[in-house]
Amino acid sequence: MAAEVKFSEGADNPNQDVFSETLQRLAESDKNIIAVTSDSRGSGKLVPFGKKFPEQIVEVGIAEQNLVGVAAGLASCGKKVFAVSPACFLTARSLEQIKNDICYSNNPATVVGISAGVSYGALGSTHHSLHDFAVLRAINNIIIVTPADNFETEKATELAAASKVPVYLRFGKKVMPKLKEDNSDGFEFGKGRLITEGDDVAIIANGETVYPAVKAAEKLKANGIAVTVVSMHTIKPLDTKLILSLSKKCKGIVTVEEHSINGGLGEAVASFLMQSGILKPFKIMGIPDEYTVAGPQGDIFKHYGISEDGISDKVMKLLK
Amino acid sequence: MTTKELKQKSIHYRKNILKYILDANAGHTGGSLSSTDILNVLYNEVLNVSPDNFSSPDRDRYVQSKGHCVEALYVVLADKGFFPESDLETMCKYKSHYIGHPTKKVKGVEQNTGALGHGLPICTGMAIAAKMDKKDYKVFTLMGDGELPEGSNWEAALSAAHYKLDNLCAIVDKNTLQITAPTSEVMNTDPLDEKWKAFGWAVKEVNGNDIDELKAAFAALPFEKGKPSVIIAHTTKGKGVSYMENELKWHHGVPNKEQYEQAQQELDAALQAL
Repeated sequence: MAAEVKFSEGADNPNQDVFSETLQRLAESDKNIIAVTSDSRGSGKLVPFGKKFPEQIVEVGIAEQNLVGVAAGLASCGKKVFAVSPACFLTARSLEQIKNDICYSNNPATVVGISAGVSYGALGSTHHSLHDFAVLRAINNIIIVTPADNFETEKATELAAASKVPVYLRFGKKVMPKLKEDNSDGFEFGKGRLITEGDDVAIIANGETVYPAVKAAEKLKANGIAVTVVSMHTIKPLDTKLILSLSKKCKGIVTVEEHSINGGLGEAVASFLMQSGILKPFKIMGIPDEYTVAGPQGDIFKHYGISEDGISDKVMKLLK
Repeated sequence: MTTKELKQKSIHYRKNILKYILDANAGHTGGSLSSTDILNVLYNEVLNVSPDNFSSPDRDRYVQSKGHCVEALYVVLADKGFFPESDLETMCKYKSHYIGHPTKKVKGVEQNTGALGHGLPICTGMAIAAKMDKKDYKVFTLMGDGELPEGSNWEAALSAAHYKLDNLCAIVDKNTLQITAPTSEVMNTDPLDEKWKAFGWAVKEVNGNDIDELKAAFAALPFEKGKPSVIIAHTTKGKGVSYMENELKWHHGVPNKEQYEQAQQELDAALQAL
C-alpha cells in the first residue's frame, strides 16, 4: 500500500496510459487487436499505438454511434476490438449500439470509456459520465469493469482482449497510485480485490475512489477502527460471495463510487444485501442526483465527500 | 437460375410470407413484399452464403438493417435450407426463435437487428475487417427508405467512403411509404442519389421488383473501384397483391381470411401467367 502518497499527487501513471501501453504490448503479437477511435486517440493516449500499428487502428471521426457499430462489425469478423471514446458520449449517444450491436448480437468487443466520471470536471455535466454503470447494468451480456490502479488496468485490458463476451472498461485521467505492493493474489473479473483488511467496517469502492477510501481507512485505523477496503472493480457480475462474507464480519458497509448514487455500485450492493435478508448500517457515497459543481476532479470529490475526511466521517457516523 | 425460375421463386416467397403472417397474426407485410425480389436475387444469385459455409470466415455477409421485414428473410432462408419451413409455423409465438426481427438464434441470420440505422455501421466494420484480412468476401445490407433519416446511416456512409470500401453494397428498398405517411411527407430524403454521391458512394438506380435489373446491378459490383456501392431499388410496397400495393395500411396490416384467399389467388394467377 502506498500510504505515503497523497491522493491528487500520485506515484504511478494514469490508468489510461497503462491501458494504451498494454494494448500496444498485446498488439505486437496479435494483429487482430484493433483500436477504434472517434477523434479520441489523443485523449485515449493512443497516439503511440496509432503510430506503431497504423493497420490496427480505425478512426471514424466524431461519430460515436458509428464507432460502436463498426466495432461490432469488426468483432463479428474475429477482431479483438477496443472502441475508445470519452465515457460520457460512448455510453449515452451510442447506448443503443452497445445494447444491440455489441451485447444482443454478442459481438465481443470491449467498449472503453475514457476520462470517465468527473475526470473532465471543469468541462461541465455534458462531459461527465455518472450514468454509465446504471445504464449498462440494465443491459444483458456485458462485463462492467472500472479498474482502480495500474495493476488492475493492465490485467483488465489483457482479460478484455481474451473475453468471449463484451466488456465495458472505464477509467480516468488521474495519475493513480499503487494500491498494493504485492499483487500476487491476482485479478479476475467478478472478484473483488482486498486492499486492506479489518473487521469493523467494509468500504466497497471502485475506480478512482478506491484510493481515498484507503486513505480514510488509514485515518480510521488511527482511531481504532479496523476497515476492509475492497476494490470492487467489476460491477457486473458482482462479487456477491465477498459481499456476503464482509456483511457477516463487519458492523457496517459503505460504498463509494465516481457515479450517481442512483443505479451504480452502491445500489447493486444494497440490492444484494436486502435480497439476502441482511440488514446492516449501510451508506452509498457517490454523486447525488444533481448536475455537479464544476472544477477539478479532486475538488468535486471533496465537495461530495469522496475524500479521506469525507469517507472517514461517514464511517464514524455509521457506527454511532 | 433463369429469370423465369427466379420470378417463380418470388411468387412462392410472397405466398409464404402471407401464409406465415396470417398464421402469426403479425408481420410487416408491405415491406416484406416490396423487398422479396431483392432478397430472392441476393440469396439465389449473389451471396456466397449457404447452410454449409455459414461458419466460414470467407462467406459473404448480409445484414438486414430493415429488420422488421423479417418475414421475407425467413421464407428465403427456409428455401435455402437453413431450417425446415415448418419452423415458421411458430413465428411470433411463445418461445419461438422466429420473432418479429432477425436474431442469430435463427440459422442463417448474420446479426440481430430491428432498431433502425444499425445495419450500415456494422457492415462498414465487416467490410473494413475484410480489407484488413485481404479477404474477398462482400458485405451487403438492406435498408428501408424510411430509416434513412437515422443519423447513424450517414456517419457510416462517410466512413465507408473514407475507407474506400468497394466490397460493401447497400441496397435501399425505396418503397416510398412508411408507417405514418409517404416517406416524402414524413421526412423527405430526395434527391437520394445525389446524397449518396455527395457522400462518396457509387450509385445505381433500378426497379427493385425487376429480377433482370437487380441481377444486372449486382453483377456490376463494385460500381466504381475504391467506392462503396448503393443500389437505390425503386419498389412497390405490398408488391404482388393488388389491394396491398401502395396502400399505407399494409405496412404492418394482417389480412383476414377472405383477403388472404384473394391474395393467394392473385399470386397463383401470376404464377400461371409466367
